[in-house]
Amino acid sequence: MPLAKHVKPDDILKQSRDHVTHSHGLTKSDPSQTQSGYAARYGTAPVPKYKIPSTGTDANATYQLIHDELSLDGSPLLNLASFVHTWMPKEADQLMIENMSKNLIDQDEYPMTQIIHTRCISMLADLWHAPSVHSAVGTATTGSSEAIQLGGLAMKRIWQEKRKAAGKSIHEPGPNIVMGANAQVALEKFARYFEVECRLVPISVESKYRLDPKKAMDYVDENTIGVFVILGSTYTGHYEPVKEMSDLLDEYEAKTGHFVPIHVDGASGAFVAPFANPKLSWDFSLPRVVSINTSGHKFGLAYVGVGWVVWRDKAHLPKDLIFELHYLGSVEYSFSLNFSRPAAPIIAQYFNLIHLGFKGYRDVALNDLKNARLLSRALERSGYYTVLSDIHRQVPSAGGVLEGAKKIAGIDETNVESYEPGLPVVAFRFSDDFKAKYPDVQQKWIQTLLRAKGWIVPNYELAPGLDQVEILRVVVRENMTESLIDRLVTDLIEITEGLKKENSPTHALAILGRKSAAHKADGSADHPPSKPNSGTYAKPC
Amino acid sequence: MSLSTVPSEHRLNEHEPGHDQHVSTTVYGSALAVADIPRFEMAEDEMPARVAARFVHDELLMDGTPALNLASFVTTYMEEEAEKLMVENLSKNFIDVEEYPACGEIETRCVNMIARLFNAPLNDPNAEALGVSTIGSSEAIILSVLAAKRRWQNARKAAGKPWDKPNLVMNAAVQVCWEKAARYLEVEERYWYCTPDRYIIDPKEAVDLVDENTIMVCAILGSTYTGEYEDVKTLNDLLAAKNEKEGLDVHIHVDAASGGFVAPFVNPQLEWDFRVPLVCSINVSGHKYGLAYAGVGWALWREKKFLPEEILFTVNYLGSPQVSFTLNFSKSAVQVIGQYYQLLRLGKSGYRAIMTNLTKTADFLADAVAGVQGGQKFVIMSKKGGDGLPLVAWRLKNKEHYDEFAIARHLRSRGWIVPAYTMAPHTESLKLLRVVVREDFSRHRCETFLRDLNEAVKFLDQTPPEVIEHLKQAVQPRARHAHNPGKSSKSTGKHGHGHHGRHEKHSLQGKHGKTHGIC
Repeated sequence: MPLAKHVKPDDILKQSRDHVTHSHGLTKSDPSQTQSGYAARYGTAPVPKYKIPSTGTDANATYQLIHDELSLDGSPLLNLASFVHTWMPKEADQLMIENMSKNLIDQDEYPMTQIIHTRCISMLADLWHAPSVHSAVGTATTGSSEAIQLGGLAMKRIWQEKRKAAGKSIHEPGPNIVMGANAQVALEKFARYFEVECRLVPISVESKYRLDPKKAMDYVDENTIGVFVILGSTYTGHYEPVKEMSDLLDEYEAKTGHFVPIHVDGASGAFVAPFANPKLSWDFSLPRVVSINTSGHKFGLAYVGVGWVVWRDKAHLPKDLIFELHYLGSVEYSFSLNFSRPAAPIIAQYFNLIHLGFKGYRDVALNDLKNARLLSRALERSGYYTVLSDIHRQVPSAGGVLEGAKKIAGIDETNVESYEPGLPVVAFRFSDDFKAKYPDVQQKWIQTLLRAKGWIVPNYELAPGLDQVEILRVVVRENMTESLIDRLVTDLIEITEGLKKENSPTHALAILGRKSAAHKADGSADHPPSKPNSGTYAKPC
Repeated sequence: MSLSTVPSEHRLNEHEPGHDQHVSTTVYGSALAVADIPRFEMAEDEMPARVAARFVHDELLMDGTPALNLASFVTTYMEEEAEKLMVENLSKNFIDVEEYPACGEIETRCVNMIARLFNAPLNDPNAEALGVSTIGSSEAIILSVLAAKRRWQNARKAAGKPWDKPNLVMNAAVQVCWEKAARYLEVEERYWYCTPDRYIIDPKEAVDLVDENTIMVCAILGSTYTGEYEDVKTLNDLLAAKNEKEGLDVHIHVDAASGGFVAPFVNPQLEWDFRVPLVCSINVSGHKYGLAYAGVGWALWREKKFLPEEILFTVNYLGSPQVSFTLNFSKSAVQVIGQYYQLLRLGKSGYRAIMTNLTKTADFLADAVAGVQGGQKFVIMSKKGGDGLPLVAWRLKNKEHYDEFAIARHLRSRGWIVPAYTMAPHTESLKLLRVVVREDFSRHRCETFLRDLNEAVKFLDQTPPEVIEHLKQAVQPRARHAHNPGKSSKSTGKHGHGHHGRHEKHSLQGKHGKTHGIC
């Protein structure tokens, strides 16, 4: 969220209001006493924006006021930009309401909530093949940002301890961390806030817009506290090759003796891959993976406000980061950046885990991927678009008798194993053919024109290395059903064809927009000439 | 008329779905009700939503009643209208301002209201206050320490001086998140220690701890132990003199987690906020006396120079760049909405009425506790009449054959959660009991509590020491057990479960046996 600044109350509105010259003391009624939401004083008087009003107002009216203001927000369902889950069954809503006033960290008072927290950790450790569910440790977080920072901090401390034990300096030249340039902003934030040099590995088309393990090895040295590997790039949904990275680091360790651990940022993928592609090797089954984080509020299917981080065992969580708290006869251990916080999202997560079970999560993941394939193919078939994500592309068959037989019989199109693994994300851009034919048409106008229809589909540049390429991205979440895909494709094609026609109003709009954009660029821009971009981009996630 | 057949039992059973889990009269009639609930691994199959919700609901009945929890500052009551608003917005991601612009606007309004409440200077357009919502005071404090550390580092680098030994001056009675902030950000913790008759920082001694490596001094507005306010004004004056004399640039951060929404209403003439020149930043928990549910805090800075550029991230959010300074990213919007609701709904007069009532109730409780057994039993350690937070802290006057912890245990058997503590380091021989007076602790609930307290004392007076010792032993393993669900062999998860029996030695807790006040 942005840092909010003082804003001067709107002078124009002030001047435009009815000016009360003198009040009629005898006939004056107290508007704060009115029961009706709209007849009360804020029907015509300004809502307090910058100061606490000196007197309050009726609960009913306050509710109506804020409720109405919030209706200016977009519809979460049509927000295709975000990975964050926006729907839960009403039973889950009910559970959350019942537990809205509970504080997660007050374990002494709410022991059962704590037990539920423990169960979630156990289930996740088990799902991710922790060598022993008994020794894995983990904690709930507010989201993946907190989880990543905790994971990074643990790796940093272990590196420091090792250096100190070896009698080497921990300041000169200081620690570094390696990650793909497609990393989400939280990963870079960790590096900046905890004073670790951030080494971004540029991406390329050949590396499938994500970390190239071989290139990453050029950045690894004895001061590398670890490598962040992202399971599900937020740009194109590609899974980064954890196994390959791990193998290369094994080689490196054999050669140099430096152990470089891997933290998997499974913000989105850690709740997709285990269900859709159980054979994929990315989790604790690789000994080098020391910790994994995920967002419960993405494909964990809970409402926003829950993330998880799990370490494969205690050895990878330095003791001096853990705080021991003693309450009334009970002992708690704490490793978090937040303290008091709501318990309801954790309860919602547990509800999902037992309500859906493995099968339910798998069904959801397969449906998401199926709908994403539908959208991908439809976009490609239109000829206007090139799809950058690969989940609709079949894996080259490995040969063998069985594979050969499959080929003759035709590939099983419904089987998820036939396709490249990845997140249910569709990243696309204008095809080269379309760009050549209509060089005037700008891709970012698709975003604006879709917005006018209610869809939120972001258009942005790829990560450093490929930042001249702009993409549009759709996240196919649980509630993005086939019929919505149908509507989206129809609207997309209609808009694209509109832009293409010289005499259509949308085309004129595009030309106009280009002019105003050019005007903005020289000098008096809305946003101050901001400092060079930090490297990673924050994408809605 | 046709003949009707009477099918045999056998044929009937053939078509019956059986005791299938998906067909049942009620939740408890299903096969799932007699099976174990998934605890450590996900189940293979689904469970109907209604059944799953009911099971989780039932499990949660084991939790305590929030209203009887006198240990916590965290709000446990909001009006129905506020709850309704929150439910409507459960699916909104707060940071997605492009999609949810109204939420962003609401945050800005809250920051403005709170900054003005704390008397942020408004006269200089080039030095405007800044603020941000956080999950709670912990995040706000870590952010403030980070900003101060970076600012100090930049100044040292610019002056060509070493910048690897930053320190932070504070009272050892601070909340654990200060230790965390220092540890995680690698700043030396420099403590002023409580004495048997002083629990709030001594401004002079604190300023003596300050040197060129001090990134800032922390003042607590409302100690979690006794609720007393630290003297920010005097701290400021002494620090200003020292800054002047030694050419330092040390500022003060006020941890107003609990006091920030109390002092301005009950004690408006107390100068602790941005009126005090050296106060550079303040944090406050919206979910304590800000009267919103858990999950909202606020961090405010006097002006932009206290926030070094390089820790701010310019986030390119769908084409609209915004400046961000947080540890969390995606988070729920409902708590901020709840906060705005309260600010609008109550206004200053509403907050004043509530905080004044709480202060009155706390005074009443303090007098009543002091009067137990003719005033021979307890000593009150907290302040009255609005000179501190609306809480009552007390200890036993004389040595008895039972201690404060025994009283707490006995009250618990009546449903009350009243924490007993050992005091901050260097005064750890002192034990105390503490009741936090929250909005929903009304006068009549207070009287019920007093009745139970009197009975507890009477009971313990008459109980032989051996029995008390036995009760103490009996309670402890149980409390531990509560954290090891079901089979203790399966106690995984929650970090540190495996650490049982290990006592960390690095924190104040580990070194001094300090108990952390619940907050």
